Amino acid sequence: MDIAPYLLLATLEGLVQASVLMLTALGLSLVFGVMRVVNVAHGEFFMVGALIAWACGVYIPGPPAVGFVIGLVVAPLFVGGLAWFADWAVLKRINYNPEGTIVSTIGMLYIIQQFALLTFGPDARAVDAPFYYTIRTPWFGYSSYKLFIIVIALALVAGLWFMLRRSKVGLLMRATQFDKETAQNFGIPVDKVYSAVFAIGAMLAAIGGVLVVPNQQAHYLMGTDPLLLSFVVVIVGGLGSIPGTIAAAVLIGLSDGLLSVFFSPTLAKIVSTLLVAIVLVFKPQGLFSGKGARA
Amino acid sequence: MKKDIVSQSSLSRRSLLRGAAGAGLLLSAPGLIGRAHAQSGDAIRLGAPFHRTGIGASYGRWYERTANAALQLINEQGGINGMPVEMIVEDDGTDPKRGVEVMEKFATEHKVDAVFGHLYSHVVAATAPRAGELKMPYFLCSEAHTLASGAFSRYCFQPSITDVKSQVVSMAPWISNNLGKKITLIYPDFNFGYDHRDNMTAAIEAQGGEVVASIAIPPTETSFTRYMPKIPFNTEAIYHVMVGPAVLTFVKELGEHLGKNRPEIFGFIDSLEGVDMNIPQLEYLEGTYFWEAMPRYAQANQTEFDKFFREKVGVDSNGASLDDPKDIATYAHMFSVWETLFAMKAAMEKADYKGPDQKIDFLEAMESITGFEESNEFPQGDKLFNGKTHQSFGHQNISKVTDGKLDVVYRTTIEETLYPDETDYTQMSF
Amino acid sequence: MSLHSTEISSVKAAKAAEAEKGKDRFMIIHNGRLFALSLATLSVLFVLQFALSDYLVLALTRILIMSIFAMGYNMLMGYTGLLSLGHAMFFGFGLYAAGLSSYYFGTSLPVSFVIAIATSLVFSFIIGLLALRTEGVSFMIVTLMFAQAAYLATLYFSKITGGDQGLTLPTDARSFSLLGANFDMTSDVVRFNLAFGIFAVVLIFFFFVTQGPLGRLFTAVRENEPRTQMLGFDTYRVRLAAFTLSGTVCGLAGALYALMFGYIGSAFAGFHYSIEALLFTLVGGPGTLLGPLLGTGIMTMLIDRLSGITTAYLIIIGIILIVVNMWFPKGILGTIRERWVPWLK
Repeated sequence: MDIAPYLLLATLEGLVQASVLMLTALGLSLVFGVMRVVNVAHGEFFMVGALIAWACGVYIPGPPAVGFVIGLVVAPLFVGGLAWFADWAVLKRINYNPEGTIVSTIGMLYIIQQFALLTFGPDARAVDAPFYYTIRTPWFGYSSYKLFIIVIALALVAGLWFMLRRSKVGLLMRATQFDKETAQNFGIPVDKVYSAVFAIGAMLAAIGGVLVVPNQQAHYLMGTDPLLLSFVVVIVGGLGSIPGTIAAAVLIGLSDGLLSVFFSPTLAKIVSTLLVAIVLVFKPQGLFSGKGARA
Repeated sequence: MKKDIVSQSSLSRRSLLRGAAGAGLLLSAPGLIGRAHAQSGDAIRLGAPFHRTGIGASYGRWYERTANAALQLINEQGGINGMPVEMIVEDDGTDPKRGVEVMEKFATEHKVDAVFGHLYSHVVAATAPRAGELKMPYFLCSEAHTLASGAFSRYCFQPSITDVKSQVVSMAPWISNNLGKKITLIYPDFNFGYDHRDNMTAAIEAQGGEVVASIAIPPTETSFTRYMPKIPFNTEAIYHVMVGPAVLTFVKELGEHLGKNRPEIFGFIDSLEGVDMNIPQLEYLEGTYFWEAMPRYAQANQTEFDKFFREKVGVDSNGASLDDPKDIATYAHMFSVWETLFAMKAAMEKADYKGPDQKIDFLEAMESITGFEESNEFPQGDKLFNGKTHQSFGHQNISKVTDGKLDVVYRTTIEETLYPDETDYTQMSF
Repeated sequence: MSLHSTEISSVKAAKAAEAEKGKDRFMIIHNGRLFALSLATLSVLFVLQFALSDYLVLALTRILIMSIFAMGYNMLMGYTGLLSLGHAMFFGFGLYAAGLSSYYFGTSLPVSFVIAIATSLVFSFIIGLLALRTEGVSFMIVTLMFAQAAYLATLYFSKITGGDQGLTLPTDARSFSLLGANFDMTSDVVRFNLAFGIFAVVLIFFFFVTQGPLGRLFTAVRENEPRTQMLGFDTYRVRLAAFTLSGTVCGLAGALYALMFGYIGSAFAGFHYSIEALLFTLVGGPGTLLGPLLGTGIMTMLIDRLSGITTAYLIIIGIILIVVNMWFPKGILGTIRERWVPWLK
């Protein structure tokens, strides 16, 4: 294939990856930004979302679109509930101590992953896309569902943006993020804000999982990669900065797609991880934030 | 609030102490039991490290079921040399370090007579040297060529499944004669893939064909669209050996990319073990070809042995569990567990094995075996066993996907799978 | 005890220790009780090989090696307060440095071991130079990224490293003679005592480091970096010293593992092993000398016993992690120190 359509394809692929990454990373970023908590189990919320999408696709009769839409509603609700419970049962009790949270969320990671293995089984399972149409170009065919992912992700991010900037909930969250003690003094129920933020973060991951399943497959170990990548995005974008996170997701999604055009894929991954490390070393606040607090 | 925390934590401390005592009991008890057991010489005890968790879990589950069925049969038939056979299963998490630990546990705590059942090649590579050092007979149900290449010790055997090298060597002539001479290889970017790449490239060139592109894909990849443009337009046949959970995506994206005017496609069933062939995501594979060591779907000319094997393990004629038609077996590989157990039984009977004192006799008996007849014990087919390389050679099948099922279109002879010996374990000391 | 007072006292102590460095106090053992406890622990460990079953001795051998790994990690995470998510790269580096040199150049095991330690020192120094420009969560991610790149490199150069499948060391790399004595790595007794010996050396060495001036500086950086800076210390250098020391000791553990068990593979450089070091340290007690040994021992035996009983052992481990963390947030020894035994550090 000529280089131009090849690059076009790689760009499209990069954008699809960036969209999913944007959702999962925003979840992580929100949790980190507001609560200063590193959630190692974030990838597992993504995985549970994918498993629920699979279950909806299989057990709900009718065309695949019905199961998909139901999955898109049920998965975030269930996962949000799970996260709410985890926050109440564990994180609150250790007072969100940073190191303690890491250990606890590693514990959650083990529990969720193993539970998925016991119930869902070790095999990868596929789900039908809600619609199936291949866009044919002279050089390659491309799934229209993948373009749909980009649209949905953008809509969700716009919604989140609006919620954070314009709604009262968003205001409470931002106030808590800015200064927890002062927020408490002003009567903001910081406890509840924390629970909500943790749940919303998990829900975003779950939606990412639902969107990705028709494209990939549901598998109980699928949470690790998105976790690592989301971490990278959150850091490169600047901690807790939403525009930064979005920009970083696009940058990393695209570079991952494009680098593998020119290098062997493993070498491309080495190069991109090293690039991320170097960016962090020489610009520790992230690429996209001017000031930003020290973490 | 402060007081609250204190009282809560003192309560916790007490219950934690109780918990700790319980944990101590838990930690010590199995060790004691292990020692008590080991003294008895009235049973043959086999260690089975299966991939119950980790990336190999879908294989491990079926390996365990197959082993249980074989053992039940062996014990119903009177055990081995009049002794019942017991199996102790440990989970190795498909992890090399844990694999070694479990091997040590079998050797020193459970004090088993032999260990069998490892599949994934990195676990095997880590565990095999320890098996030699612990002087533990170690039977692989893997496909790795490492054993036959001479890297392990005289304690390791692969008496049932044929190694990758001979699988590939036996496929190449058929592929170049029937599918095409310009081949694109798509394989995972690690050793298992390299084995395929190197052996296939050599074998296809020996047939007068040519590899027009070699596409390595990292095992963690979840999306493949961007690799597809690397398939040259003049490709006559694609040869793929994707493993891991993302294979369905791979097939779907291959379909999206190539569309209807596809080249011929040949793959190794390893990619789709445990996956239902008859699902919409795999429609694109209709009319493509697969290697199978043992055909998943019962064929028109099904042997009585295959029927017997399916019945005992609990698999229907579509290669799915009898209890749940959605639960697909790793049928092309799991026969190796069954056959390995019967191969061990044959060797133990030949050596009149009664206990670990006769370990060397047992291993030498294994080396003196030259092959197995097709039977209930060896349902995959007759085999040639090479006592020098400790590797078995058997018929391989090429199946075509027809109406969402795999139909065998060619079964190789054993001769086609042979290659010159690369080692001679009988020259090594025990 | 309030955090504030510890902080001040440790900074003061660091300063005092610095002032008197090289004088008569140099040979004095601070914290004699901890020293006695360490010696007692070592004697118990040594005697255990006669009391335990064969298997438990093998398991203990492995626990000792992994404890060295966790102790190296603890030096950075526990004492200096820098949480790295990439220490598998140092373990892996030592593993490969030792394994590859004896695989390709046929160097005798002690030589490979020394090569591995020396190269680990250089490697961790270089990584430290870069990574320590960041802090907090950025530091976690930078170390994670470097480790990920190192892991991928072991796969990419699989022609040399053997990649995922790994390499098995040849038989002649399984024994060595030193000072007239012959050591056979396939012998369980030799292996245990060698692991024990090296563990003992590392433990004693770490006792002197942590209880001496350097260790106090590490703690001072952890508790209050700006104040330590104000007192005239170059904290970047202090952190670099801790990082290099930590990386080198983790490399040592990896080298030991490679040479004792005769197998090297990329799995050992994977993320999972970074988490293990963290886990062992956190369970045992970060910033305590004996915590990593305790944590490694408990977690290893738990996994070992539970995996024989149920496939759901990871669920149980997950629950234990959460529960221990709730009641013993500073790890087992850390909590004991905080509540009852202040000298346990």
